[in-house]
Order: sequence, then C-alpha cells, then structure tokens
Amino acid sequence: MNFRKLLRRNETVLIFAIIVFSLVIGSKSPEFFTIANLFDILRSSFVQLIFALGVLIVIISGGIDVSFPIVGIFAGYTAVVIMRKFELNEESVLVPVALAILIGIILGGLNAIAIAGFEIPTLIATLGTAGIFRGFMLSFIGASFISDIPLGLDNFSTADLIKFESEAGTLVRLHVLVIPVALITLAVSLLLNRTIFGRSVYALGGGVESTRRLGISVKRTQAKIYMLVGGLSGLAGILYVSLQRKANPYDLAGSELDVIAAVVLGGASIMGGYGTVFGTVLGVLFINMIKNNLVLLGVSSSWQRAAVGVLLIIGITIQAIGENQKQKRQRSATSKEAE
Amino acid sequence: MVSTESLNYSVENITKSFGGAKALSNVSMSVSSSEVHCLAGENGSGKSTLIKIMSGVHAPDSGLIRLDRKEFNQLSPRQAVQEGVQVIFQDFSLLPNLTAAENIALPTFIYENSKFISKRETKKIAQSALELIGVDIDFNLPVSDISIASKQLIAIARATNLGVKMLFMDEPTTALTRKEITRLFEVINQIKARGVATVFVSHKIDEIQEICNTITVLRNGEVVADGPMKDFGAREISQAMTGHDVLTTRIAPDLKISEQKVVEVSHLTAKPTFSDISFSVAPGEILGITGLLGSGRTELAEAIFGKYLVDSGEIAVNGVKLSINSAKAALDAGIGYVPPDRLTQGLFLEQSILRNLVAVGIDRYKSNWGSLPKKNLTAIGNKWVSDLKIKTKNPSNPVTSLSGGNQQRVVLAKWFAMNPHLMILNGPTVGVDVGSKREILEIIRDRAKNGMSFLVVSDDIPELIQICHRVLVIKNGKISKEFLESELDEASLYKELN
Repeated sequence: MNFRKLLRRNETVLIFAIIVFSLVIGSKSPEFFTIANLFDILRSSFVQLIFALGVLIVIISGGIDVSFPIVGIFAGYTAVVIMRKFELNEESVLVPVALAILIGIILGGLNAIAIAGFEIPTLIATLGTAGIFRGFMLSFIGASFISDIPLGLDNFSTADLIKFESEAGTLVRLHVLVIPVALITLAVSLLLNRTIFGRSVYALGGGVESTRRLGISVKRTQAKIYMLVGGLSGLAGILYVSLQRKANPYDLAGSELDVIAAVVLGGASIMGGYGTVFGTVLGVLFINMIKNNLVLLGVSSSWQRAAVGVLLIIGITIQAIGENQKQKRQRSATSKEAE
Repeated sequence: MVSTESLNYSVENITKSFGGAKALSNVSMSVSSSEVHCLAGENGSGKSTLIKIMSGVHAPDSGLIRLDRKEFNQLSPRQAVQEGVQVIFQDFSLLPNLTAAENIALPTFIYENSKFISKRETKKIAQSALELIGVDIDFNLPVSDISIASKQLIAIARATNLGVKMLFMDEPTTALTRKEITRLFEVINQIKARGVATVFVSHKIDEIQEICNTITVLRNGEVVADGPMKDFGAREISQAMTGHDVLTTRIAPDLKISEQKVVEVSHLTAKPTFSDISFSVAPGEILGITGLLGSGRTELAEAIFGKYLVDSGEIAVNGVKLSINSAKAALDAGIGYVPPDRLTQGLFLEQSILRNLVAVGIDRYKSNWGSLPKKNLTAIGNKWVSDLKIKTKNPSNPVTSLSGGNQQRVVLAKWFAMNPHLMILNGPTVGVDVGSKREILEIIRDRAKNGMSFLVVSDDIPELIQICHRVLVIKNGKISKEFLESELDEASLYKELN
C-alpha cells in the first residue's frame, strides 16, 4: 500500500483527528493526559463498542438497525427480572449474561423475520420493532427501576484489572472488561475478514442481485446478521446494567446517535459495502473522547449531543467527497486503459 | 474445478409464455464444444428469455433441455452451474467493493461449501483464473477502480474458474472501444481453444461476423434463421432480425449551403483533456465527432453543454459570444445534450413516459398561477408519443416498460420539445437494435431537415457515415482530421481513428 492510499483511508484521518483533539484538549487542561482519564474513556467505550460492532455489521451489509438500544435494554432488564423472579444464582455473572444474549438473539430473530421474511426495508422494520419491543417490555415485563441488581452483576461493576492510587491521590482503575471486549472485537474482525459469512456481508452491501448470482443465500445471510446483532446488543445491554449497577427500562433510548455516528466516522459507508472493525474502534474512542472532555474545553455538557450530531454530519460529508473522487478514479482508469 | 471437457447443449421445441404473452414458441437451438454461437435478435425477440431458460433462471412451459446425454424438463440455477453453464450479464454481477481477486474466487469457495476464506488462497485462485484466459490485471484493486473492459475480463475469469463449459455473454461489447473488443475476442478465442462453447448475444452485425461461427436469429419468439455464419451476409442477418430489408446507405438530408453558423466553437481548451478545438455548425447540419474512448470526445461534448469546465476558448451561438459554464447557461442558449448512458443520466426510469416527456423545461408548461395543469402536460406528452412513434400501450406506464430504442426516443422527444438550435447526441444508438437504430437516425434526419443542427458523438463509424454531413476525428484531445461529405468512407475513418 502506498503512502497516498494510506492517507486516503478513513482510519488515518481519524487517528489524525484524535491526535489533534488530544493536543487541543491537553493544552487547555493537563489532566487530560493522565492514565486515569484514558481508563475513563475506555470504560465509557466498552458498551458502546459492542453495540457499534453489531451496527457495523449491519451497515456493511447495506442495512441499518435502529432497534439495538431497545434490544439491549430489553435484554438487560429482562435478564435481571428473570434472575429475580426465578431466584437464580445471585452470585453468577455468566447466567444473566447468557440470558441477555439469548433474549437479544430472539429479538434479533424477530427483526430478521421482518427484514428477510417480509422484505421490509431495514430502517422501517427496525424502527417498527423498536417501538414494539419497548411497548412490550414496559407493559409486560416491567416499567420500574430496579436498583438491587443480582449480586454477581453488582460486584462485576467494580471488577478491576488494574487498580492503584495515583500521585495526585485519585483512584486509577481499569475494568476487567477490557479483555473480553478486546477478544470480541478481534472475533468480529476475524468473522468479517476470514469467513465466507463475513465476506457475504460485504457482498450484500456491494449489491443484492450480484450476491444472489454468486450463489449466496441473501435471506439466510440477512437472518444471521440480524440475529448476531441482536446477540451483541443483548450482551451490551446486560453489561450496561452491570456497570450502572441498576436496571432502568428507560435507559439507552437515544444512544443510537452516538453509536451510528461512531461507526460512520470510522469509515463504514452508510450505502453499504465498506467498513472496518479498526475504524469502528477508533470512531467509538473518538466520540467518547470528545464527549468526556468537552467540559475540559469549557463547553457545557448540554452541547454533547449537538457535538456528536455535527461529527456524524462531518463523517457523512467526508464519505460523499470520497465517493466523488472514487468515480473520478474509475473514469481515469477507463480512459487510461483506452490509450 | 477447472476442466477442459466439452459439452453439447441443445434445447428442443422450447415454449414459454408470461401471463398469456408468448415469449418463445417452439425454439430449438444447439451449441457444441468450441463453437462461438451468435444469438441475434432485436429487443423483445426473446433472446433474454431463452438465455434465462438455458441457465435455469426460468422454467419453460414445454420443451426439452439436453446436456450431452442428460435430459431435463427444466434446470435450476445451481444445476446449470454444476453442468458448467455460466452467464455473464450486462452488468457483470461483480461486487464493486470487493477486490477483483475476491470477485473471482468467492464463488469457488461457496460452491466448495467452505466456511473460511484466506487471502493467499484467494489470490492464488484469481491468478490462475486470469492466467487461464491469458489476461494480466491487477487483481488486488477493488472492482470499483477498474475499467469496464477489465471488469468484463474478470467476469470471464470467474466463469472459467467455475469450470465453465458453456458461456453466455449478453451484449458484451456495448460499452467497449474497438481495441477492447479486439482483446475480448482474443479471450473468447482462447477459451474456445480449450473447448468452451460461447453463446454471443449481440446485434452489432460486424462483430457477429467477426467472432461467431454459427448463428441463430430470433424474431417475435421464433427462430427465423439459423446455420453456419458463412451462409449469412450482413444484409441477410439484419433482414432476418427486422423482418424487412434495412438499407445501410446514407440518409443524411441535402444541406443547403449557407454562410450562417448556429454554433461556433473557437480554441476551446481544457487541459489535459483537449486543447485548441475549433469548429462550427451550420443550420440543419449534422456534424459527427468520433474518437477512441479517452480521446476527449465525451468531455468536449460536455464542455459545449457547460458540464465540463474549460480553461479557455469561446463558444458563440448565432453569432453571440457566450460564457457557457453550466448546463443551465447552455439550455438558455438553445443547446441540448443527450448523454450516452440514457438509462442512468437521461431518464427518470420509474416515472411515467408522459412525465419524462415534459420534464425538460417544465417551466414552459405552467399556468399563470404557477401550477402545472395536468391537461396541458398530457396533451403535449401524447403529441410526442405519436410524433416519434413511441411504442407503448399506455403513456402513463413507467419508462422501464419500454424497449431500449423506445426509451432513447423518449429522451430525444424530451429535448426536441425545447426546440434547441443545437442538439448534442452522445452515442445516440448505444444499446439499440438494428431496426430502432434506423428509426432513430431517421428522426434525427427529419429534425435536421426542419433546420435543427446536430452534433453526433459516436464511435459507431457506419452510423456516422449514414447520418453526418461532416465528421471530425479527435485524437489525444485535438482534431486530427476533418472528413467532408465527399470523403466519408469506412476504411479511411477507421484508419484515421486507430
């Protein structure tokens, strides 16, 4: 890969942006460049990254899922309710996590039926199911805040991998989740790049009819995608509940902006076909860096959402410009060969 | 999976109807190993239906499909692939976001039911597939960065790699230059030497004669002629396709000599694409512009229409110097432009024929209140439908319901309604069959008789000779030669071009 190509990559632009913002924030407030702050950014990124990996897969396939925050909180909340109701092992972390993933896969399966079965456009389908899931949860599962979540989950929120007191006297903690989240990230990357399923996801984003002619089952691939995203969302939901140490059915709604913005900034094309796990990781880190540290720049926290909105628009604009250049390159490829 | 085994494929008495309309009746065709078989016919003659039946997309109502000694009443797409039957559609069915290597190798992995894919294996498969057809393309590039001609070769490599014994190519030369066609033909000859049978769907008669050794001509769903290529001349083929005698003599109207110039272009320069281009067009004149792909001919046409920005030079319309820097400025000056890709650039495909006809200059149809009275629009639309003989049952149907030639007519009508001084037509008959082509050229002739001037940009030399009063050849962004009416002949134009 030559240097110019490297410059054109979204990841390069993003790394550059992260460095520039770090320098700006760091010059204003020295506490930015502390390990404590770095670990804080990581901690606030875990849940979002798992959501984002799911969204990345959907966006590469040329679809969009806006139901994932609801699926996440539905799965997390319901898992806690089930734990309470059936008085399952209070100490266990794996049981509620497995429950949430299972619930997520089932809800994702319902999305899959709407999208692959009834061929409803993905945005409309997931917008619809999001409403249905939310209504179902609030009416039949519960609408009240649960503050005493199972002990295992509660303890997990403070399970730190690294913990020490800094010279300034603040407590520096790196949560143990960094390991499983890193493994999941790696797994999704391998899935997308090294398996036929992963390449089928890219193929689908490149063109549905062409994918079908390759001999790939479009419906089966879509069904797998939405179930996988459901499972990832369920996992993210239960981790969110654990880290927050409470299960609030009204949480997470509205978080789709941050996640979709992170994925798009990471270079995934909203038209489908393009996107990388590395880019998404950078996108999530970037968004959280901005959100966590706007205050240090003297920007009121009420501007956070607006800032993320602006970033999303910038990300899409960069894509549109890149698309234009790509067409130019193609044109020059055609005329060059003609000579 | 690669093999050089031969396959004899025949269909007998195939009949197929769609909702009462007969698409094919009693069609029989037989293709054997190492044959390049031409399937010719106008749009709507049943070519596509036949290909789809032979590749397993559609099931016939009746008839027999015979692959070597195996007999089938119908094929499934998977069966067809297993038997070595592959189709290269006009859009190539390639995935623009994946690399050429992956596009070639992915189906192989899928048919082997693999779960995993490795980069090294992918490249190895692509390399050997491309070597097999004797082509050298950088397969690490994404397909979106590759020229149309190379895309086609990649599609062939992919088919070959899946053990193709019988390859259908649906109008493979439509978007190619002469040079690229030559390369394509070399590849076809290469796979032919390995025993692969090719069915070549086309309506370009000179190409058919060059590459094919047998021919089947379809008209209205029936086989009207078949046999070895050597028994057919150009005239017999076009006669079989259209059902009537189509002449290829010049049809350009006599040009009244006048000093008046509608458009004068002087020293137009847009580096590095073209430079110092000067010419003028008289009223009622049909001026041809030709050149190889990449010579700057399309950019020049777009520059006169304000779509391609120039560095310097002047354009005068009826003696008035104008700065044409946008399509709107060109329209205001009375210059119209029909792009080569009529499907993507010239039409609103899902909208009705009527709406498309009134889409250009829609301001002219508005009432004093600024609304668009439906009655007016319908009347104007219907007038053009009958004037230009657009074949449709109902002008409210979407444009997609029309055949290629008729779609092109809608594009032309849309512009003629503006009554421009100069009409620029870029590839006016690309993808149009013989009969419709003739009619489109006649439409141009009739308008020119009424005083409209034309700039016809095309690489179809016979077409230019038929219709033009003068032809300019563009080479490397410069006018290399001007052919006057008396000097127009195919041989010297081809010679100048290449």
